[in-house]
Amino acid sequence: MTHTVALVTAATEVAAAPATGAIALMPLVVAIPLTSAAILLLAGRRSDRWGHLLGVATPIAGFAIALAGLIDMLGHPADGRSFTAVLFTWIPDSPGGLAVEAAMRIDPLSLSFVLLVTFVGALIHIYSIAYMAHDADRRRFFAYLNLFVAAMCLLVLADSFAVLFVGWEGVGLASYLLIGFWNRRTQYAVAAKKAFIANRIGDVGLLVAMGLMVANFGTLDFAGVFAEAGEASTGLATAIGLALLLAACGKSAQFPLQSWLGDAMAGPTPVSALIHAATMVTAGVYLVVRSLPIYVQAPTARLVVVIVGAITLVFGAVVGAAKDDMKKVLAASTMSQIGYMMLAAGLGPVGAAFAIMHLLTHGFFKAGLFLGAGSVMHAMGDQVDARRFGALRRAMPITWVTFMAGWLAILGVPPFAGFWSKDRIIEAAFVGDGAAPWVFGTVALLGAGMTAFYMSRLFFMVFQGKARWTDDAHPHEPSPLMTGPMIVLAVGSVALGWVLSATGFTGWLAPVIGPADHGDPVLHVPVITVATLVLVAAGVALAWRMYAARPVPVLPPPGGRLVRAARADLYQDAVNNELLVKPGGAVVTAAAATDTYVVDGAVRGVAWLAVAVGRVVRLVQNGYVRSYAATMVAGVIVLVAVVLAWRV
Amino acid sequence: MTPYIVLSAVLFVIGATTVLVRRGAIVAFMGIELMLNAANLAFVAFARQNGDLNGQVIAFFVMVVAAAEVVVGLAIIVSLFRARRTVSVDDENLLRH
Repeated sequence: MTHTVALVTAATEVAAAPATGAIALMPLVVAIPLTSAAILLLAGRRSDRWGHLLGVATPIAGFAIALAGLIDMLGHPADGRSFTAVLFTWIPDSPGGLAVEAAMRIDPLSLSFVLLVTFVGALIHIYSIAYMAHDADRRRFFAYLNLFVAAMCLLVLADSFAVLFVGWEGVGLASYLLIGFWNRRTQYAVAAKKAFIANRIGDVGLLVAMGLMVANFGTLDFAGVFAEAGEASTGLATAIGLALLLAACGKSAQFPLQSWLGDAMAGPTPVSALIHAATMVTAGVYLVVRSLPIYVQAPTARLVVVIVGAITLVFGAVVGAAKDDMKKVLAASTMSQIGYMMLAAGLGPVGAAFAIMHLLTHGFFKAGLFLGAGSVMHAMGDQVDARRFGALRRAMPITWVTFMAGWLAILGVPPFAGFWSKDRIIEAAFVGDGAAPWVFGTVALLGAGMTAFYMSRLFFMVFQGKARWTDDAHPHEPSPLMTGPMIVLAVGSVALGWVLSATGFTGWLAPVIGPADHGDPVLHVPVITVATLVLVAAGVALAWRMYAARPVPVLPPPGGRLVRAARADLYQDAVNNELLVKPGGAVVTAAAATDTYVVDGAVRGVAWLAVAVGRVVRLVQNGYVRSYAATMVAGVIVLVAVVLAWRV
Repeated sequence: MTPYIVLSAVLFVIGATTVLVRRGAIVAFMGIELMLNAANLAFVAFARQNGDLNGQVIAFFVMVVAAAEVVVGLAIIVSLFRARRTVSVDDENLLRH
């Protein structure tokens, strides 16, 4: 491991050159969608007629710029592909010593992300034109989507944790606005709030990590922090690593902050495809991979990342296997696949490149699956219950084929995209000493089988078997504006894995995260691959037996204890409710009671005391002259008595 | 000497009791005059005993001031009676409200 430490540190110390040529245009990838979002939101109803066209144009422009940047970058030697573009000085050099430049870092890692975000984003924008055609607020929808693209690009292009945090919050805001896009329904508004709050908990982690960096390193720049991290103590690196992991857990819906993702499906389906499957939820993986130099110093933090990834992987798979709501199955599957990525990222240089590769292939096939789900919902009158579908392959052949491409890709069937990335993650999980590779490798392996089962279950329930439609359903293929993006993403699901492997994607990332250190798995590689494929085949066969060969009941059968638990998201909401919401509520109640009885009590008590004293003293002021005279006499008598007593 | 002081004290107590007990403004006023004259008596008696004229001078002052006070007090009582048809001090409570 020592030599990888040296390599990673060396890789990050490659001086970033000032951006030139097409790469210098990269800030526009953020600026263009941001301007468009501002125009669409400020122009209001005036822009209703052309708003969606402007909204679609910006991610396409962003993709064009990113593509030009890619071509430009490929012209540079591999160790000279890190560029910075300084925009302005955000925090000038102060006596405290903290200076922050608002700068962008354009390197192979951030460029890969920008390409993914703008390409998938552009496709989903196009899809949304048709999908949201009948929504009166379509312009507002596009404004939020543009805001998301801008924030996400800022997040990945940032050159310091401070700028990253701006993008981090921006995507959180866009996600909140889009989940609650149909906030006429209270339930959806509540889902948006839940996502926002869960994300805020994660943000605390990022803030703590930044605080630790400022206190100990005196800088927030990636270059500065990573150079200092090389000499930081293990304890400090572990603390920063765990705080960053908390942030990643919130954003990427990892255990224990995963509960919001299922509810986030309340948003329109294109949102689920773009934000809650392809891009935003993978920001946590990006954060961990970007901070790899810190994690290299902190084996404990890495182990925790791997454990969190493994738990979420299984968690998502179990939940996904029991849900009947098509979008929630896909959400659980997203959670599970991001678990794979976190696991790989936590393995360090052995797996980080494959985490990013899986992130890219997942971005394609999961977006494709979600768009397919949107197409099915569109055809079936917004029905999402998979038990009410069946036999849609004849009614919607294009959706069927594109969905099948995504399905085979997520299963990891060769030569589809998922095979190339997931198989390598499983291999990487088997690398190491002691019991850890056996545990994590087995979890990753079993996860592949479970993925095969629940995705096949969904696929068979929706497209195979007998029609179980409600009477008013008239399934039909959507317009070309929707099928087009689905076909493009399906092509990506088929080919992207092979293309990335053939073009040496890990070598492309090597200047940023160090060379992919192969290591030797504790099992032979062919054994792992065969075992994976056998488990996948078993999962598919089981799903076929249960959901295609046999008729699927329209009403869900009661199911065993595990099924019922999985339907209730393994009681994550109940656990959160007991552990967090109720104690929180108790604190609030106590605070309110303190306010009412102690603070208000003191104020009212003072007032009551004044009144009470007044009531007694008022009796003296009765307005009777004789009574005053009597008082005077009494006073004189007392005075005389005192004087006499004094004298005696 | 003692009889003068005892008489003065008795007169003063009678005057004070009158002020405390009686409701009529005129009678209460008389009680006040009685107390003043009780004090005058004490002044004069002590002046005589000590051979000092100061006490006698003060008695004259008190008489003058009491005469002025009677003029003002009676005027107030008369105007009160005109305004309110009563001279009971218990009914004079305008300032209380």
